[in-house]
Amino acid sequence: MSSFAGESQRFTKQMISKRNSPERIADQGFFWLTLVMAASVALLLIWIGLQIFTAAFPAISTYGLGFLTSTTWNPVSNVYGLLPQIYGTLVSALVALLIAVPLGVGVAVFLSEDFIPYTLRDAISMGIELIAAIPSVVLGLWGIFVFVPFMRPFYTFLNSTLGWIPLFAGSPRGFSLLTLSLVLSVMIMPIIISISRGTLNQLPPELRLGAMALGATRWETILRVLIPAGLSGIIGSVMLALGRAMGETMVAAMLVGNANRLSASLLDPGSTIASLIASQFAEAGRVQVQVLMYAGLVLMFMTLVINIVAEMIIKKFQNIE
Amino acid sequence: MVYDSATAVETDTIIRTENTSIYYGDFKAVSGVNLDIYRNKVTAFIGPSGCGKSTVLRCFNRTNDLIPGCRVEGRVTFHGEDLYSKDIDPVQVRRRIGMVFQKPNPFPKSVYDNIAYGARINRYPGNMDELVERSLRRASLWDDVKDKLQASGLSLSGGQQQRLCIARAIAVEPEVVLMDEPCSALDPISTLKIEELMNDLKQLYTIIIVTHNMQQATRVADYTAFYNAQEAKGGKMGYLVEVLPTDELFNNPKEQSTKDYVTGRFG
Ligand SMILES: Nc1ncnc2c1ncn2[C@@H]1O[C@H](COP(=O)(O)OP(=O)(O)OP(=O)(O)O)[C@@H](O)[C@H]1O
Ligand SMILES: [Mg+2]
Repeated sequence: MSSFAGESQRFTKQMISKRNSPERIADQGFFWLTLVMAASVALLLIWIGLQIFTAAFPAISTYGLGFLTSTTWNPVSNVYGLLPQIYGTLVSALVALLIAVPLGVGVAVFLSEDFIPYTLRDAISMGIELIAAIPSVVLGLWGIFVFVPFMRPFYTFLNSTLGWIPLFAGSPRGFSLLTLSLVLSVMIMPIIISISRGTLNQLPPELRLGAMALGATRWETILRVLIPAGLSGIIGSVMLALGRAMGETMVAAMLVGNANRLSASLLDPGSTIASLIASQFAEAGRVQVQVLMYAGLVLMFMTLVINIVAEMIIKKFQNIE
Repeated sequence: MVYDSATAVETDTIIRTENTSIYYGDFKAVSGVNLDIYRNKVTAFIGPSGCGKSTVLRCFNRTNDLIPGCRVEGRVTFHGEDLYSKDIDPVQVRRRIGMVFQKPNPFPKSVYDNIAYGARINRYPGNMDELVERSLRRASLWDDVKDKLQASGLSLSGGQQQRLCIARAIAVEPEVVLMDEPCSALDPISTLKIEELMNDLKQLYTIIIVTHNMQQATRVADYTAFYNAQEAKGGKMGYLVEVLPTDELFNNPKEQSTKDYVTGRFG
């Protein structure tokens, strides 16, 4: 019995002295491993940025900032301007947001309230997440063969009644900024719904109780307490959606009409930076590739600005909370 | 203002329950409560955990409507009007019978907007700045926050947050304020402040407070109601044992179980 006790004591001692080395080495090793991984991601980003910048540099020095305000795109005479694509990128993304934000936030509110039983709510949000899983090329195909023919009469109607507004002028042909915006709004709505719903669900129930106990109706509670309280999450989802809409390539190239001229009208064919690059890179000459790199740099810069603004807005609202 | 317990005010009933039972689904949580709440008095609810104090409190302003499956039987009247009759709008009930919760729950808005919120949804016609100041003064919070009305309500201390919630509740100018363990998350000094506050507030409002602190009940309450629970099918079923002027309930209760509870010889 006593020998057993002695043995167990020695065993304990060994445990204490031994614990140090292998575990601590593993611990520190893990630190360095994650550090290297994090650093390599940052380096990769910088490296890609530099590569694109170097590749674009001849175009940048030739065309300068005038590239951003000029509207002609003529590879034959090497005259390039990106304004129609910048306009198309921004306008199609904004119109998509205009549709997707109210709908998305509305659906998120609906799903976070107890209007319908919980299981049904979960089934609906599962369906919404499946929309997000549709490959964009499939959405593009659907757009070309189903959506555009379906929408054509509506576009014609819009053009004939509201044609005096520059946004709806021109001759509607189906493939247009508006078509792109509508399909983009379908693509980005799941992002807005799932993030906003998550935010609303995570609000403390005491907030709702507090508002109701003051005599607020359900809608007063939602509009004046719950949505403001969840605003950082909702704005975050919108910014994420905006970034997605601006960078979306396949759907844009398939549906926007790829017209390299500036027209204010949503019903006219247009183009976006992403669709321009996607539709031209294959047969581009040396100079044109440099110009496309420049265009890509502009797009990267635009999405970067949006992400920074999003971070700032989210931080600002989080401070209020 | 001195209140004499023998004045006519005493018999002025503002809320009355008649054989009220409250269910959560099939589970009868509280059975057969008969209780009168007097105007401009503080009534305390005491009793062991799970005996239905919060449940009864919530049924006075219909916040239990927000709990799925909760159902009230019997009559609950406010100024003689049945609170559960079909043509009563629960939103209107809550505007006249306010509530302060156990955990301070200010909105993630500025101090000012926390107070103004309830007034705005009630379309308060007067001067909002005055209302905010008046409510904060009544909740004895004005001196603490007068220089930071635009700061977030969540940046205040716990005790200040609870007083903010009281100010928010009284800014709607209710007749009754329900308080469910308002001091249980607070330090002794904040607790004392809120108790003093209740003594001031009862001149304007009727107050019902749930508390586990019997000293608190003796300090603030004119009347005290003792609840207990007994085994029944589906769990413990709460009931009202007796309600008496506070002194009497603590010193000379009619029921043995009350005596056991207030003297600490009980669960
Ligand atoms: N939302 C609810 N859903 C279902 N049952 C509930 C709900 N709230 C309370 N109950 C049940 O009703 C009974 C009374 O609960 P209640 O919260 O009113 O007790 P209480 O006296 O306030 O207790 P405590 O002193 O712990 O706050 C308990 O058995 C509880 O389980
Ligand atoms: Mg309780």
